[in-house]
Amino acid sequence: MSKILLKGGLVVDPASDREGKADVLIRSGRIAKIGRAIKETGVRTLDCKGKVVCPGFIDMHVRLGEPGREELDTITSGGRAAVAGGFTALAVLPGTDPVNDDAETTMALRRRAEAEAACRIHPIAALTRGREGKQLTEMGHLREAGAVAVSDADRPVTDAGILRQALDHAGMFALPVIDFPEDPSLTAGGQVHEGWVSTRLGMPGLPAVAEEHVVARDVMLSALTGSHLHLALVSTATSVDLVRQGKRGGEVVSCAVSPHHLLLEDEACATFDTNCKVRPPLRSAQDRKALLRGVKDGTVDCITSAHRPRHVDEKDVPFPEAEFGIAGLESTVPLVLDLLCSRSVIDLPRLVSLMSWNPARILGLRGGTLAVGAPADVTILDLEATTTVDPDSWLSLSRNTPLAGRELKGAVAATVVDGRVVWTRESGLARGA
Amino acid sequence: MSFSAEHLLSIEDLSPDDITLILDTAEEMDAVSQRPVKKVPALRGRTIMNLFFEASTRTRASFELAGKRLSADMVNFSTSTSSVKKGETLLDTARTLEAMQPDMVVVRHQSAGAASYLAERMHCRVVNAGDGAHQHPTQALLDAFTMRRHFGRLEGLKVLIGGDFTHSRVVRSNVQLLTKMGAKVTACAPPSMMPPDAERFGIDITSDFDAALPGSDVVMMLRCQFERHGVSMFPSAREYFKHFGLTMERLALAKSNAIVMHPGPMNRGVEIASEVADHERSVILDQVQHGVAVRMAVLFLVFGGGDRRVEAEA
Repeated sequence: MSKILLKGGLVVDPASDREGKADVLIRSGRIAKIGRAIKETGVRTLDCKGKVVCPGFIDMHVRLGEPGREELDTITSGGRAAVAGGFTALAVLPGTDPVNDDAETTMALRRRAEAEAACRIHPIAALTRGREGKQLTEMGHLREAGAVAVSDADRPVTDAGILRQALDHAGMFALPVIDFPEDPSLTAGGQVHEGWVSTRLGMPGLPAVAEEHVVARDVMLSALTGSHLHLALVSTATSVDLVRQGKRGGEVVSCAVSPHHLLLEDEACATFDTNCKVRPPLRSAQDRKALLRGVKDGTVDCITSAHRPRHVDEKDVPFPEAEFGIAGLESTVPLVLDLLCSRSVIDLPRLVSLMSWNPARILGLRGGTLAVGAPADVTILDLEATTTVDPDSWLSLSRNTPLAGRELKGAVAATVVDGRVVWTRESGLARGA
Repeated sequence: MSFSAEHLLSIEDLSPDDITLILDTAEEMDAVSQRPVKKVPALRGRTIMNLFFEASTRTRASFELAGKRLSADMVNFSTSTSSVKKGETLLDTARTLEAMQPDMVVVRHQSAGAASYLAERMHCRVVNAGDGAHQHPTQALLDAFTMRRHFGRLEGLKVLIGGDFTHSRVVRSNVQLLTKMGAKVTACAPPSMMPPDAERFGIDITSDFDAALPGSDVVMMLRCQFERHGVSMFPSAREYFKHFGLTMERLALAKSNAIVMHPGPMNRGVEIASEVADHERSVILDQVQHGVAVRMAVLFLVFGGGDRRVEAEA
């Protein structure tokens, strides 16, 4: 296997407490050596001067259309979009058709991913059969087949008894349970965050409390069972407070936010732009600021694209008829760099924790670090370059984003997966990737 | 003064001057409707499509009459007789109709934002005849016309609007128009029918109907529907009527010369007692009459007729 030398970059790896200029030598798909002025023959050298070299970013909340809705994104297109967006691994949710709720489907997905995908793809299996919220899946089998977590994706587990059972059972196999906190009895017909915008536009709202009381329940059930519960997305100030309290009490709870909720507020929906229609909805200014504080103080564990590809036919309709979702694989990292790094909201080690180390720990993956011997998954950033969001040039098959045309400070310079340079800003996708 | 907007989508887009121009023009239009020959050639040669995706009798007929009295060619397109029932998307419907080259579409649709959706995608002019619970601008204009005719002014009028605010496009257009024109608006509804932050429209909100009535010049009632998305918002019509229905006893609490309005269709015995609906202070049928005049004014002005007198081309 080829050798790669990442030369002269700023290496940021909070897991091994490293932040400084260094060369990184990759051999046989592993991090072989880190140090000053590494001399090595027969290597492909990547000049990383002025760039930031990070352990590969992991997006733990991605929907692909395969199987069932291949026109939205396949394992192939999703993997390509991921590496172009700076991610070296994805965890994909089971909201597919058929649902990934058994070991055979999980294994088939992994085999497809190993053969086709430019990045690592980790299946998240369903929590209940058919995502119907009734009968638990065979989590022991799923774990063995390669599932990294269980979740009913955007079908919230409304039955607290089922969720308790799931936590007890999944805990036995160290599988995190991922819940989407929403109480559907409070969100019927909801289109946007419930507040002044929903009132003005005359559309049913998705009230904050529909999320918050489920977050409270989830934090308590995690404490009761001692099992790891991860909140797929939190979007309100009170949700962040509840998680913060829970963590203080030592509960095994973690949470993620999407960058769209860090950037945009419900007011963005006022022009009926269906690309702003997302679940959880874009919230109030106060909520957005609270999310930023949570990102800063460590309450929020990770940032995920929450990639939800949609066909143009599902979005080019009047707002109430449009489907929810934003495709974000190729804009998330630049947006995070612009929002959080260029404005010094967080430092680089915190960035790497949010994008790599924390998701790796939550899902029990081997990545998330550049320690010698770790898998050679690397995300290389250029903090000075500008990314213009251009959905038409995306490798994802979907284009649903409210960010089109936006200029973001920060870019992905290159992506290395398993010791292979799979994408660079200069030449795009590597051959065979 | 001329009216510059290409479409009429929302009261939000109108300035007080725009509103005054529409109401003044509607006065001239109403005069046309009082003649034996109720027709002027102002929009001769223009094609207007009535595009109604929701059942509506009065609004559609009102627009149709308005267009005809201005000599426009009116075409009615409604969902019960159209390919929409066969699953056609709004975009395809719009493109299909556009190929027939109408000069304007008047659209009623169940989805909030549908009128602006069409305006962004069609080349012709668009008038919103009601989009979900978002806006119903011509209703608010005809209501304002009715109030102005009765009191000679809008500024300073105390208007009490009672009923389901959450699901009403009429109320949204009305509060925006009335606050722009300097009226003082109070909205009264049970809390389950009052959306959050409604006071940010610049109005007072309450759920105490009796306490809100004194001093009112106008009492406008909204149609009530208890079931939405399978959720019942009020225990019964009887309970609603007891606390929020406009009865003669309640009307006596308002100013002695207060008028009663309702956009229709009414639920007698639910939001309004029959004696009130049929009372001499009820201007509900005047509203219907004025609807034609206001819509004539809107069609005329949206076609850019603001500089000319209605009769100029006659």
